[in-house]
Amino acid sequence: MTDIAAGKPQAHATGLAATISHVRYVLGDNRVTAFAFGLFVLIVLAALFGPLIVPYDALASNTSVALKPPSLSHWFGTDQLGRDVFSRVIVATRLDLLIAIASVALVFLMGGLAGVAAGFFGGWTDRIVGRIADTIMAFPLFVLAMGIVAALGNTVQNIVLATAIVNFPLYARVARAEANVRREAGFVQAARLSGNGEWRILLGHILPNIMPIMIVQMSLTMGYAILNAAGLSFIGLGVRPPTPEWGIMVAEGAAFMVSGEWWIAFFPGLALMVAVFCFNLLGDGLRDIVDPQRRT
Amino acid sequence: MLSMTLKRLAIALPSLVGVVIVTFVLTRALPGDPAAYFAGPAATKEAIEQIRSRLGLDRPLPLQFVRYVSDLARGDLGVSLTTGQPVAAEIRTRLPASAELTLLGLIVSMSIAVPLGILAATTPGSFIDHACRVLTTAGVSLPVFFTGLILVYVFYYLLGWAPAPLGRLDIFFSAPPQVTGFYLIDSAIAGDGAVLLASLKQLILPALTLAIFSLAPIARMTRASMLAVLASDFVRTAQASGLAPFTVIVTYAFRNAMLPVVTTLGMVFSFLLGANVLVEKVFAWPGIGSYAVEALIASDFAPVQGFVLTMAIMYVALNLLIDLLYGLIDPRVRLAA
Repeated sequence: MTDIAAGKPQAHATGLAATISHVRYVLGDNRVTAFAFGLFVLIVLAALFGPLIVPYDALASNTSVALKPPSLSHWFGTDQLGRDVFSRVIVATRLDLLIAIASVALVFLMGGLAGVAAGFFGGWTDRIVGRIADTIMAFPLFVLAMGIVAALGNTVQNIVLATAIVNFPLYARVARAEANVRREAGFVQAARLSGNGEWRILLGHILPNIMPIMIVQMSLTMGYAILNAAGLSFIGLGVRPPTPEWGIMVAEGAAFMVSGEWWIAFFPGLALMVAVFCFNLLGDGLRDIVDPQRRT
Repeated sequence: MLSMTLKRLAIALPSLVGVVIVTFVLTRALPGDPAAYFAGPAATKEAIEQIRSRLGLDRPLPLQFVRYVSDLARGDLGVSLTTGQPVAAEIRTRLPASAELTLLGLIVSMSIAVPLGILAATTPGSFIDHACRVLTTAGVSLPVFFTGLILVYVFYYLLGWAPAPLGRLDIFFSAPPQVTGFYLIDSAIAGDGAVLLASLKQLILPALTLAIFSLAPIARMTRASMLAVLASDFVRTAQASGLAPFTVIVTYAFRNAMLPVVTTLGMVFSFLLGANVLVEKVFAWPGIGSYAVEALIASDFAPVQGFVLTMAIMYVALNLLIDLLYGLIDPRVRLAA
């Protein structure tokens, strides 16, 4: 309650101060969201500065210390080539996060815009977008992603594209529903009367209006995007060794699981789990703020 | 019931057409040379040209599509480049392995998730409720291949309870005579208790991995819909009439609460069929998922395409089944149709 009292007088303050006080109000209200936000900051820091702060070179092998369990000098142990697992896990953050962010941004551009146009224009646009979404939904999503990567070629860009495509229906549907209810809203009619063109209304008035809901959607699907990309690289698509990436590191460590060297696969898997967990919690928290009715 | 079944079939048809078109587009119309794909990386220019005319890739696209569809109708999915075997035959022999695993995973997951969701909903704020919430949030965050590896480490390496994660049956046993293709059922039919036990042992860990993965959405949905139903008027009436709590929950609330859960099953199947691929790789399971993964690594496109098509057709069929099940549970749906 004290946060609310402190936040209110500043509500009219502009710029940075207002943003900070709002973030503080939001985080103070929900401990779990605050925790997830803290985790998120850590992940971003690891992604930004990871390669600078890690104790060892993520690619340098040193066979004299191969397959060593976690110790003080190697916190997460070493793999079969003597590479430091801790350094590799931290360095991998950047690539995993980049893949997820790129695919979410891409699906926002494709699915979000298509959905807004479908909800706003209706008619043929709506039918075509709906048909595309239905067709994608007719596939088990991970299987479709596999097929797309197999057809387009085994590269990281295609992993991003495939992850974006399988998420398309989700974004298109949310954006369509939200744009549809705002179609004849007062602010849209006002914009129309002021002589704005339909596209201008769509991009300049409706899209900004549904952004909070889309951002929640993006946060909720970030976790799925990370899992999807890691799953694809686990089966050997996209990222190639020796590049550090969580999915492929788990795959490399999988063979050692049966002989007891658990740390090689465990720590990248744990990092994967923590990242996905963080984005899921963050998404839930953001949804509670934007759309309190759907709180569970 | 018949008219509803026909109606649902009519709804499933466009999905099926969409699936066939997409798999066609994936092979033919996208950038890159499909003939080069089918010929493999080491092929010469002449070999590629030869394959191009043999596959009919030098003809116009609509004609290619007609040929593709007629091949499909005859059950011809092409030939694998690496093994030289017809893809359709290979998928047919491997499909029971995947189906047995996926179905057992789903059964295990339902038998844990549904009671858990009901208990959580009937005792809000209790330990079970919190456990359910933690489990559902953690469950969706666990990469399925990671869960599988942890289970292997704990139950195979540390405890030694489970057999090595290498396929459907220990090499000391031979597969039971094929009736259904499901080792559990086939060995029971053959009356071979040792093989039944051995194949069950191999199945437990991968099925458990799939179950943990699909637990979260089912438990979450059961809890939410049970909460909604328990707050409704007819449950209050039943309680006010003095019915035992067990009767109210099981006879009155449960059937109504199951409707949204059955709807979620469609999504759960989408996840399960995808997760199946990863679990098969972890446990060296000889199903269609590991077949596709091996082909993917070798850039052998025909098996991948056959796999995607099989999975999609199965998924459409499963969704159809779910729709029909919905009609069985809820008479109102039948009346509306």
